[in-house]
Amino acid sequence: MTTPTIRVQAEDFDLAAETKILTQGRHDVGAVASFIGLCRGEGDTLNALELEHYPGMAQKQIGTAANAACARWPVDGLTVIHRYGKLYPGDQIVMVVATSRHRDAAFDAARFVMDYLKTDAPFWKKEHRKDGQEANWVDARDSDDAARKRWE
Amino acid sequence: MSTPIKLVYFAWLRERVGMGEEVAHLPDSLSTVADVLAWQQSRGEAYAHAFEHLPIIRVALDQTHAHHDEPLGTPAEIAFFPPMTGG
Repeated sequence: MTTPTIRVQAEDFDLAAETKILTQGRHDVGAVASFIGLCRGEGDTLNALELEHYPGMAQKQIGTAANAACARWPVDGLTVIHRYGKLYPGDQIVMVVATSRHRDAAFDAARFVMDYLKTDAPFWKKEHRKDGQEANWVDARDSDDAARKRWE
Repeated sequence: MSTPIKLVYFAWLRERVGMGEEVAHLPDSLSTVADVLAWQQSRGEAYAHAFEHLPIIRVALDQTHAHHDEPLGTPAEIAFFPPMTGG
């Protein structure tokens, strides 16, 4: 089974470089599916997002989801990177890249990891607004729970 | 009193409790996760406020998610936090 690469870091990441690591030198990979989550400006009202995480457990939970994806689909490579700290509109927050022989496994594995990560990985977003109002913690969304449940 | 346990808090729970972590002696009578949450509510005004709405509070025992009805066991670290909003 494929061993996924998981990183939880403050630094930015480079999808192209991460993809190259999974594809270079091999001729058996036929599909690459990737996702990047960005910080939205919320109609130009957001100054910054503060991403808090539970060190150790964040890495562990993403690893659990990534390992489950590798067990469920014939994935050749899987890399997940999630950032923490202060992020600004347009900044990259999270990326998933999955490779496989055929497209279905790569698409499904990438989506599965994102859906599980949203509800199970210990990260919390706090919004700092441009109008100077008190910063507020983002509420969890029911639609995220629904997205996770469809994989059960 | 039992051995000391590290308690950690995140997001608005951390802000309401007023600290990110502490070491506490839990009463021996606590046997489930729900018992720990009820005990937290009894620890004064800040804790009562932080643990006001128990159903939405998530708990992890030694960095593993735990339901409220699960046995407490003997964890070294218990984490308390709101629903997660990463990704």
